[in-house]
Amino acid sequence: MMNSKPESRPPGEATTQAPPVGTTEPTEPSGLAEPSAPAVRAEKLTVVRGPRTVLRTLDFTVPRGQITGLLGPSGCGKSTLMRAIVGTQDKVTGTLDVLGHPAGHPTLRTRIGYVTQAPSVYDDLTIRQNLDYFAAILDPGRAAADRRHENVTRAIADVDLTTHADALAGNLSGGQRNRVSLAVALLGTPELLVLDEPTVGLDPVLRRDLWNLFHDIAATRGATLLISSHVMDEAERCHRLLLMREGEILADATPEALRTRTGADTVESAFLHLVDEATQAARTKETGTQGSGTNETRTKETTR
Amino acid sequence: MTRPTPTPAPAPTAKSTTAAATPAQPPAPAPTSALSVSRTTATAARVLRQLRHDPRTIALLVLIPCVMLFLLRYVFDGSPRTFDNIGASLLGIFPLITMFLVTSIATLRERTSGTLERLLALPLGKGDLIAGYALAFGTLAIIQSALATGLAVWFLDLDVTGSPWLLLLVALLDALLGTALGLFVSAFAASEFQAVQFMPAVIFPQLLLCGLFAPRDTMHPALEAVSDVLPMSYAVDGMNEVLTHTDMTATFVRDVLIVGGCALLVLCLGAATLRRRTA
Repeated sequence: MMNSKPESRPPGEATTQAPPVGTTEPTEPSGLAEPSAPAVRAEKLTVVRGPRTVLRTLDFTVPRGQITGLLGPSGCGKSTLMRAIVGTQDKVTGTLDVLGHPAGHPTLRTRIGYVTQAPSVYDDLTIRQNLDYFAAILDPGRAAADRRHENVTRAIADVDLTTHADALAGNLSGGQRNRVSLAVALLGTPELLVLDEPTVGLDPVLRRDLWNLFHDIAATRGATLLISSHVMDEAERCHRLLLMREGEILADATPEALRTRTGADTVESAFLHLVDEATQAARTKETGTQGSGTNETRTKETTR
Repeated sequence: MTRPTPTPAPAPTAKSTTAAATPAQPPAPAPTSALSVSRTTATAARVLRQLRHDPRTIALLVLIPCVMLFLLRYVFDGSPRTFDNIGASLLGIFPLITMFLVTSIATLRERTSGTLERLLALPLGKGDLIAGYALAFGTLAIIQSALATGLAVWFLDLDVTGSPWLLLLVALLDALLGTALGLFVSAFAASEFQAVQFMPAVIFPQLLLCGLFAPRDTMHPALEAVSDVLPMSYAVDGMNEVLTHTDMTATFVRDVLIVGGCALLVLCLGAATLRRRTA
């Protein structure tokens, strides 16, 4: 298992299942021409679900071409934030721009890959049949059949399920079905991958391989990845972190910056430090004496 | 081979590793039109492929109407006229009921498994999905109705004056109506239990009022008025027209148009219940 030490980085010598192709020069998405434009930009983003305000006036950006980790305890609003970015969440107010368009814009549907927390695949189809169908929706027409076949084979190889390609999804283990769901999101050329807890329930070897795959995708395809997790040791593998708690963003920084600023040696203890600090700040605000509880990592008070 | 590590400032143009191959790119972004033929047929093929992995359901769908007709034939062994009337009506009612059940459960599963959310986040038109389902279950209904009609006409001596092809046409429209109702109703069912309970709620009143048990003009005037606006009444009426007339009568054409129109209308209502954004 991963220990929670700062050096728990992806192992340097690890190899992922690689398709035999790879001679082609990676084509850079057009978005890289203007590195200043973030992949996701939110201003005063608020989401209401029933009587509850799940996300409160969030301001943040997700930079392009990097892996941004979305971390926080269960129920803090990670999934709702991801659904808002993908455009499936109702009652979103404020500004939310994704790849230069308002979230949910029809042109974004081919440019975003989205994996829900529960695997959303057809249990009564084989892995290949599942992917064939979603590929036909993304890239329809008889003329695209060869390209689709190539993409499907590659996506299955990416998630290391080539030997199971003809197994029914319903007969797979939970972790394998999760990976089928991930493979669907890898079809086509998503510029933004939104992955809701993609490594839950996977063994350490697979988790490492998947994180290596995520880094490959970010580096060679120039894609932006937003990955949620409530396992803090995965935070060390991200380029940037958004720490969430109770519908608010507690911190937005690199893992290193987080550790140094809070004086903690792991992201986990940095997170706990920030949570305590936020609770403290809320308490002092209630009693009227505003403490200097904020630091440069954009810590916010819990109440407004 | 260099493996990218999470350095604070990664260059997106990092040296290419050979591990992740660049996927084949479509030449242009695929258009997201209201109805795309290839997306519709892909959806229909997917639904049929799912069913193919479930041979028991197919067997039940195809065999039960035949068994029921067989049973009915010998229940009314002494009065073949009664069998003609009820048998013809049932040829229209079976596809409606079975397609209603199958579709409402299938769409409910699509909603609860998260695949519907995924599909609607992809460039799939709502019309593509609805039309795909209608196409798939329509195909199944053709097989079901062809077998049941063939059995009734050639082996059980169902006495049809008109063409059996017209019986088949009405059966197919009934199946589409069932598919449409199932799609629509599944939007209001939160679980399989509720979906199944919609069957008696939506189908049984129509069954009682469609003229199967008593001629519609002998009912209480209030009920007759209600039966005038229920689509199944026209499905049964159409079947009986074929039963008693050699040619296509004006009443038959009216019945067919009403059933087909209702199916189309409810399909559109069903499409309206699909939401890209949910709470």
